Amino acid sequence: MISQFFVLSQRGDHIVFRDYRGEVPKGSAEIFFRKVKFWNDDEAEEAPPVFNVDGVNYIHVKVAGLFFVVTTMVNVSPSLLLELLQRIARVTKDYLGVLNEDSLRKNFILVYELLDEVIDFGYPQTTSTEVLKSYIFNEPIMVDAGRLPPLGPAAMFMQGTKRMPGTAVTKSVVATEPGGKKREEIFVDIIERISVTFSSSGYILTSEIDGTIQMKSYLTGNPEIRLALNEDLSIGRTGSSSYDYRSSSGGGAVILDDCNFHESVHLDSFDIDRTLHLIPPDGEFAVMNYRITQEFKPPFRVTALIEEAGPSRAEVLLKIRADFSANVTANTIVVQMPVPSYTMRASFELEAGAVGQTTDFKEGSRRIEWNLKKIVGGSEHTLRAKLTFSQESHGNLTKEAGPVNMNFTIPMYNTSKLQVRYLQIAKKSKTYNPYRWVRYVTQANSYVARL
Amino acid sequence: MAPTAPTAAKSASPSQPSGKSEVADLKQQLRQLAGSRAPDADDQRRDVFKRVISCMTAGIDVSAAFGEMVLCSATSDVVLKKMCYLYVGVHARNHPDLALLTINFLQRDCHDQDPTIRGLALRSLCSLRVPNLVEYLVSPLATGLKDPSAYVRMIAAVGAAKLYHISATACLDADLPAALKALMLSDPDAQIIVLTIPFNYHRKVYDICSADLKLELVFGLLVCWPTAGSLFKSVIGGQVVANCMHALQEIWTLEAAKSEEAAREIETLYSKPVVFYLLNRIKEFSEWAQCLVLELVSNFLPSDNNEIFDIMNLLEDRLQHANGAVVLATIKVFLHLTMSMTDVHQQVYERIKAPLLTLVGAGSPEQSYSVLCHLHLLVMRAPMLFSSDYKSFYCQFSDPSYVKKLKLEMLTAIANESNTYEIVTELCEYAGNVDVPIARESIRAVGKIALQQYDVNAIVDRLLQFLEMDKEYVTAETLVLVKDLLRKYPQWSHDCIAVVGNISSKNIQEPKGKAALIWMLGEYSQDMHDAPYILESLVENWEEEHSPEVRLHLLTAVMKCFFKRPPETQMALGATLTAGLSDTHQDVHDRALFYYRLLQYDPAVAERVVNPPKQAVSVFADTQSSEIKDRIFDEFNSLSVVYQKPSYMFTDKEHRGPFEYSEDLTNLAVGAEMTENTISAQRYQESDNDLLLSTSDKEDNATATSNGSSASTYNAPSDLSGPSLLSSQIPSETSLINPGAPTYSSQSNFSLDDLLGLGVPQASAPPPAPALTLNSKPVLDPGTFQKKWGQLALSLSQECSLSPQGAASLMNPQSLIRHMQNNYIQCIASGGQPPNYKFFFYAQKDGATAFFLVECIVNTASAKAQIKVKADDGTAAEAFSTLFQSALSKFGLS
Repeated sequence: MISQFFVLSQRGDHIVFRDYRGEVPKGSAEIFFRKVKFWNDDEAEEAPPVFNVDGVNYIHVKVAGLFFVVTTMVNVSPSLLLELLQRIARVTKDYLGVLNEDSLRKNFILVYELLDEVIDFGYPQTTSTEVLKSYIFNEPIMVDAGRLPPLGPAAMFMQGTKRMPGTAVTKSVVATEPGGKKREEIFVDIIERISVTFSSSGYILTSEIDGTIQMKSYLTGNPEIRLALNEDLSIGRTGSSSYDYRSSSGGGAVILDDCNFHESVHLDSFDIDRTLHLIPPDGEFAVMNYRITQEFKPPFRVTALIEEAGPSRAEVLLKIRADFSANVTANTIVVQMPVPSYTMRASFELEAGAVGQTTDFKEGSRRIEWNLKKIVGGSEHTLRAKLTFSQESHGNLTKEAGPVNMNFTIPMYNTSKLQVRYLQIAKKSKTYNPYRWVRYVTQANSYVARL
Repeated sequence: MAPTAPTAAKSASPSQPSGKSEVADLKQQLRQLAGSRAPDADDQRRDVFKRVISCMTAGIDVSAAFGEMVLCSATSDVVLKKMCYLYVGVHARNHPDLALLTINFLQRDCHDQDPTIRGLALRSLCSLRVPNLVEYLVSPLATGLKDPSAYVRMIAAVGAAKLYHISATACLDADLPAALKALMLSDPDAQIIVLTIPFNYHRKVYDICSADLKLELVFGLLVCWPTAGSLFKSVIGGQVVANCMHALQEIWTLEAAKSEEAAREIETLYSKPVVFYLLNRIKEFSEWAQCLVLELVSNFLPSDNNEIFDIMNLLEDRLQHANGAVVLATIKVFLHLTMSMTDVHQQVYERIKAPLLTLVGAGSPEQSYSVLCHLHLLVMRAPMLFSSDYKSFYCQFSDPSYVKKLKLEMLTAIANESNTYEIVTELCEYAGNVDVPIARESIRAVGKIALQQYDVNAIVDRLLQFLEMDKEYVTAETLVLVKDLLRKYPQWSHDCIAVVGNISSKNIQEPKGKAALIWMLGEYSQDMHDAPYILESLVENWEEEHSPEVRLHLLTAVMKCFFKRPPETQMALGATLTAGLSDTHQDVHDRALFYYRLLQYDPAVAERVVNPPKQAVSVFADTQSSEIKDRIFDEFNSLSVVYQKPSYMFTDKEHRGPFEYSEDLTNLAVGAEMTENTISAQRYQESDNDLLLSTSDKEDNATATSNGSSASTYNAPSDLSGPSLLSSQIPSETSLINPGAPTYSSQSNFSLDDLLGLGVPQASAPPPAPALTLNSKPVLDPGTFQKKWGQLALSLSQECSLSPQGAASLMNPQSLIRHMQNNYIQCIASGGQPPNYKFFFYAQKDGATAFFLVECIVNTASAKAQIKVKADDGTAAEAFSTLFQSALSKFGLS
């Protein structure tokens, strides 16, 4: 039972505020904001998504720099509310095309309209963009997507890949295009977030892939879709431990530890031919989420060294090798390494002929940062840094620095080898041939090399 | 800084001035537009309405424009209507007389041809929250529940709950709950879905339907075929059913305290026909409604194992749902259903592991957090079942600190012989982490694992390595741990002391770490060569030591050192005592004085006091009782799991809404989630004995109870002087009832409360249950009673009998009240006419703050009594009930 729903900007302004039950005392949004801003001042900790102040429970998610918050007085399921908040954000995005402070402010009346249908008297009603369409009368006011700074996942398809229509992910599901006709198209994105930890000697300590097959449909008339995955896909690892690595990565078979599916997916023939049947609802949704701990070839090898070079000096050597084919390019790579707290200065030496690389010493957080615009498959890059300390280092430098963390996005690359073999759309007529986009991307979730 | 309302307003609409002039301006414009028939009037109105709502959002009071808004509301533009409804809904409560103006157009809209308009109007009508407009609500609601459009029915169902909150009597008099129930079980749109959804997937659902349901199904199809346009209609149909459930749950739970009938009605929600009816349709509900159904099912008590397996097989695929809320709700059903089947329960754990881990990886950090909290609960309950999954709980670089903390606790819990090496190695990596709070937690985790006795040897080595890292917070944390380790494993003192002795106390600033170091200096001064001199230098800096904790430790350490190495420490001791005696901190001063006098009296005695032979600590106290943990487990998939507290500790009923609109405050209304608690409490009782993973504490409780030895025994002497002397004059009844318990029983501090007439604070944590003795003079005012009755879950509900003589002599309530009073059970309210009497009793456990509350309905004709017991301490409810019944059965015999 939800008492209130509100969206706050980063500065704490109300963007929308809806009270469903009139039971929470006034000022809850301010109480919430103060609590989140000053959660634990000394230790700079982030506020947890769920907390209780004076008997009022505040549950929030952060989306596009905004706080989506509900309050409740009763002991409800936190997951339900968190899922609901994410879903509200997603439905809003379906309507507005782009979700950010600007678009929300422009469309707050539409958001109120949505909220009226999504929650009634604190009870979740429907969050299906499809169903909501019949009850929403406001037209979204579009913000100019071109002028916006690229945001998170929306940005990752916009760079360097001309095959992708850049506006696709920022198009509203309901708004009609200038031509008055909607383009029939469907996007299927296979997004994999990978986590790898390398030991100091370069061994892989842990590795995991969290993948999502995400769909966004602009098809009219809800045609049925068949989505075929690798035939040799298997689910559930045998053996008691889910981590008993066997050197079978060359085998080719994709083994998922586990997966889950969207409501609309029917698995009748999944066991036979690994095909998913569904009638995609309008808007964006995850068809399937999966998790893999089977060993895989990590896209980057990272080596990091720190050595003493004199009484109060040290030298750092960072090396990255791109272990993927040359027709794939990774972009927006950031490599960070914490350095000893008594580091005063750092001077960098990039490799000869380096293009699109920058370096920085972040004094406040005591770490060095190395940014690379792109890395082509098969290439190798190194960075040398000389550190100057304010005192003599005592003992073990490797315990004082590191671990190295890396962030990157690799479009058109998927680590798990999970493939969409084909995407079939039930034909309404012979001329019906909607655009289909199947796109792969791999992102770093936690890519760490220890010293 | 959180912005105040005006600044928020400015940023919300930067181009507009804020405050009063703005409102006046808006009023002016609205007035101009009110009668306008200009072609673009609606567009202009939209603009002005938008600005009004923008101000409202920013927190500016725009209620002054109410009249003007209503004037402008006569429009056919739906967008305008919606904005107007939103405005009216927010402000009507504060302007009841003006709200009357809106009734007219809302009522008219309730009869509109367009179902969307009908629905909207009905929703807004019910959201006005104005008590004196109730008469206008009832008839549109009753019509709405029978509306041909599912959308309108869906809104009407919630509307019924809204009406109940404005006026319960109006809702009940119109017999809306009955209408809701009928709708819930036979909503036409919910029925036809089965046939409209493609894929013969749902065929099996149809097949399981009972014959008459099939009939209804076909009937529903005939009636509603024209409205069943698209597949998605079904979702709305399902929502009608879901909203009926929401409304009925809310109404009946609140009503249950007043009427027996409602209490029975709520039972029917959990009855087999309803549960199976809903389960068979679960896939036709939206994911949110599925959660509701699953929550309901988790309250259902199947009659046999086959039913349990049927339900679990039916719900098996819900574990593969992408929505974490559905998965967790399903898991709750599985866990609760299998409580009595140890091996199946364990299989459930194995089964749910993978889906939970997938959810942790799939969603946003917030979503994973909630799932991880539940995983945390399960890990803490059955660590050994997760011991091979330890790598899943390694911290990731991108994890927020609230996630990392949970993971560290889980890693600590699942460490065993086989994985300790890997876990500790991983934890040691975090110890050098840039994230200092996490580094600290990691070190603590290493220490806790060491205290669990796995691989202590290697861990001690690593802890000592931490000391060499030369980071202050690492050293401080490690020192605290080494101290605890030494208290448990004195045999390691030699290795540890060698390293600890090298640490300069000047480098440690944190009081806890410093205190730990000083403790070790005192405790092991015989092994540390320069201990007396280090202590001496610390004493010299007494003035600069800000923490009283450190100074207290210093006092004791110097004393210990003195007894071990007198000649070297004598000077230091003198200086310490002098410094201590002139210390401004009361505790430090008192301890110094105490030591001083002790030494004056007899140094030998002082040595026995300060330096007695010590036994190694075997187990450090657990912070949470197993009872609380079980309670949290019962509340799986709720905020209790995230807060790691049972719900009674954080749901503050003072602020609860239900009373707000309720006119009849004297009734014993009950919180909305009471049903949940009721059932879980019962379940808790049942499952008590067969918990797969119950901790040993429980056995301790049991033995304590059976021995009949009670903590209050020790308090007997205090009675002699205490005001409870009075109560000891009538001991015979209690001793008869409860022969194992001491006769003179009361605790002085509570008796004192009695004297002063103070309310006793509510128990924060239920104490373990010894044999039950009751406080002879408990004090509970009616207000507190009512509050408690609302807060507490039903522990027991039983029927018992009176003696025929007793039944015959019960001519008025007073006689029974007096009788029960003699048994230390007090009456707070009573009433009724022969043959039915209703009593509310209360009693308090002796020496504890825990109260027992009883509702007792006596029928003198049948000599039967129906009792409902609620208790602060649920474990003692059974014992209390026995005592109560025994007292009741003796009524009329003496």
